[in-house]
Amino acid sequence: MIGLLVLSSSPTLQPDKAEPLLQMRGISKAFAGVLALNNVDFTLYPGEVHALLGENGAGKSTLIKVLTGVYSGDDGEIILEGIKIAPRDTGEAVRLGIGTVYQEVNLLPNLSLAENLYLGRQPQRFGFVDHRRMQANARRLLADYELKLDVAEPMASFSVAIQQLVAIARAVDLSAKVLILDEPTASLDAHEVEVLFRTLRRLKARGIGIVFVTHFLDQVYAIADRITVLRNGRVVGSRATATLPRLELVSMMLGRELQEAAHERHRGHKEGEPLVAFQGYGKKRVIEPFDLAVRPGEVVGVAGLLGSGRTETARLIFGIDTADSGSASVAGRQVRLASPRHAIALGFGYCPEERKNEGIVGELSVRENIILALQARRGWTRRLTTREQKEIADRFIKLLDIRTPDAERPIDHLSGGNQQKALLARWLATEPKFLILDEPTRGIDVGAHAEIIRLVERLCESGMALLVISSEIEEIAAYSDRVVVLRDRAHVGVLEGDDVNVGTIIRTIAKERA
Amino acid sequence: MNFATAIRSSRGLPQFTALALVFAANWMVFPDFFAIELRGGRLFGSLIDVLNRGAPVAILSIGMTLVIATRGIDLSVGAVMAIAGATAATLTNAGYSLAVVLAGALAAGLACGLWNGVLVAVVRIQPIVATLILMVAGRGIAQLITEGVIVTFNTPDLIAIGSGSLLGLPSPVVIMAGLLAISLILVRATALGLLIEAVGLNERSSAYAGIDVRTLTITVYVWSGLCAAIAGVIVAADIRGADANNAGLWLELDAILAVVVGGTSLLGGRFSLSLSVIGALIIQAMNTGILLSGFKPEFNLIVKAVVVFLVLLPQSPAVLQRLARAGRRRAP
Repeated sequence: MIGLLVLSSSPTLQPDKAEPLLQMRGISKAFAGVLALNNVDFTLYPGEVHALLGENGAGKSTLIKVLTGVYSGDDGEIILEGIKIAPRDTGEAVRLGIGTVYQEVNLLPNLSLAENLYLGRQPQRFGFVDHRRMQANARRLLADYELKLDVAEPMASFSVAIQQLVAIARAVDLSAKVLILDEPTASLDAHEVEVLFRTLRRLKARGIGIVFVTHFLDQVYAIADRITVLRNGRVVGSRATATLPRLELVSMMLGRELQEAAHERHRGHKEGEPLVAFQGYGKKRVIEPFDLAVRPGEVVGVAGLLGSGRTETARLIFGIDTADSGSASVAGRQVRLASPRHAIALGFGYCPEERKNEGIVGELSVRENIILALQARRGWTRRLTTREQKEIADRFIKLLDIRTPDAERPIDHLSGGNQQKALLARWLATEPKFLILDEPTRGIDVGAHAEIIRLVERLCESGMALLVISSEIEEIAAYSDRVVVLRDRAHVGVLEGDDVNVGTIIRTIAKERA
Repeated sequence: MNFATAIRSSRGLPQFTALALVFAANWMVFPDFFAIELRGGRLFGSLIDVLNRGAPVAILSIGMTLVIATRGIDLSVGAVMAIAGATAATLTNAGYSLAVVLAGALAAGLACGLWNGVLVAVVRIQPIVATLILMVAGRGIAQLITEGVIVTFNTPDLIAIGSGSLLGLPSPVVIMAGLLAISLILVRATALGLLIEAVGLNERSSAYAGIDVRTLTITVYVWSGLCAAIAGVIVAADIRGADANNAGLWLELDAILAVVVGGTSLLGGRFSLSLSVIGALIIQAMNTGILLSGFKPEFNLIVKAVVVFLVLLPQSPAVLQRLARAGRRRAP
């Protein structure tokens, strides 16, 4: 019987739907004047798995941080089992019964499994840690999770999935009534996810309320009882999973009504040999093998929800991660893409989504940032003279209308849009044949946004092959010749011709035939 | 323009000011400080002495600057000095020519640098730990080479490297100037300098822009090893012997200090080789000044610490910010 628990304060086993376990009412939170949460309501019943969904910047993590005391809300109230609470830090939230397990497991890899479970509350004997009792307790606790493990082994010797389960066991044992799982499945394989879900069902049966944050829609439909969707800091809707079809869910997340956008413009179907082609290209646990081809002068859009494998695809193509299956060819010749240097030598360029950490070199000047890739390709001995550097920089500052007082300004003094243009300039200076743009318009004001899209179209007219990743479906529909759709770390469809429209893209993301 | 922006926009101002102040202080306690005379075709004087005594640390600081610019650190340079000195002493006593002796010592430095570079760039051990290995083991290696004794030698051409003179200057000073010139050409006439700065500021962005981070990192550690070997030969030649236990002892810390005083951040990025050498000279000028003044050498360390503090203060972002704020308040 599962109910035989070591838990001292396990919640009541009456999933009385009328009595909410947790209520968040009218939560608002602003950062520097920008509303991250705007009057958000969230209700969790005992014994339910409640999926919290939304794209980047929707407010999911802010909501969770308010709930766990990392932030304090500007407005609104939190009621746990009928009592108003206001946790000031995560420790207090845990004491109140709100446990959190993050994607990056917060365990200590060099301590034993048992020590991790009982860290800070080890059973004691004559003032010393009673290891035998601690290990016995740990074994008994894990038995509830169908886990038979050597609890004296260091945590690092277990798989991520086991670590995840141990983190959950620890959180629940710390008297959790509410268990928050922040993308717990991101690094798990299918079997491990199943083990995790079995555990979640068992916890449900005990009356624990589970908040489940994920990007995998299949998993939402497999485990969640209810779904709350956030967008731009507001609740778009809160529905029972059974009454919410996938298509509607995706539309809620993306905020697009299923109407055809008027401004779509398609170039004709491109013929001819692809410039770059990938067959069965993939990497275990990162992205399922995919086929992809881009012809010169063609824009291939990549659409999918956050976490569907968009950036992973780009990283694999650019040689940042190396594929463990499939083959790649450029202009018909087999190539090996083992590093960005290989890719660049073949005429590739990549503007990453993480502009600040992976793109710009913040303290270097705009000029130096623009010439960096070209200089790296020429090698250290063939230095571009300062005059040449200035010429190149000034040319692109003018061409792309980069707003900076001069080329010598450190690039991190520029706005996001201008940094993005400078990054584009860095690649254009190398005269690439194939350019990968990952979220080129993220975090950019509206004006610069349109300029970058025009730029994309101009580049493609000049014969460059482009792969553009974006969560702006309308954008993708507007400039792509073809659209690759990703779902759950796999390429699930390629849309061509008249199929390149917002409706079909969203339907394909949501896994429904048009 | 207020004081804070003035400091920020004029590179080298704190360093040159500090050097001038230390010189002035030396002149006050020892009025003949600036006196230089030509005797037998060679310059003599306290100023020449500062350059001569400061040369080993200045040479170390050249290699150290490049390593620190990539966000690394090389703790092994003192031990590498001992290895190179031991190699040179042993080879010269075995009757080899100066060319072979120097080639052997430099090869030892190169091998040490390569070891450090591979540990940092390929095995990806944190630089401070990776170079700590050779810092500890290096003296053991040097002792193995000298077989546990201080190896003295009497080869005139090797000794000349430490105490001879060239173009009227002590040979260590000429070697230091030459090495600085070569290093400057190597990093500033090519793209190395920019690439090193980029890697130090943002390794990931640099790798994604196509910079060969691994080779570049190994290269700077090799250069640091070579600089250490040259400094080691100078020190051994100067005392006409290789002391595996004490040659270059703690000089890695002086070299790091010189780099930091020279304005290169330990977080990597923008660097200046010339200012690092100035930093080394500031440190040496203080040592010399305290000796000349007749103060007890015990004061040396404390005075050094105070001067370093004063040089670093205006480079601190927090201090600059306060100055800038104060400047704005005063300006209408």
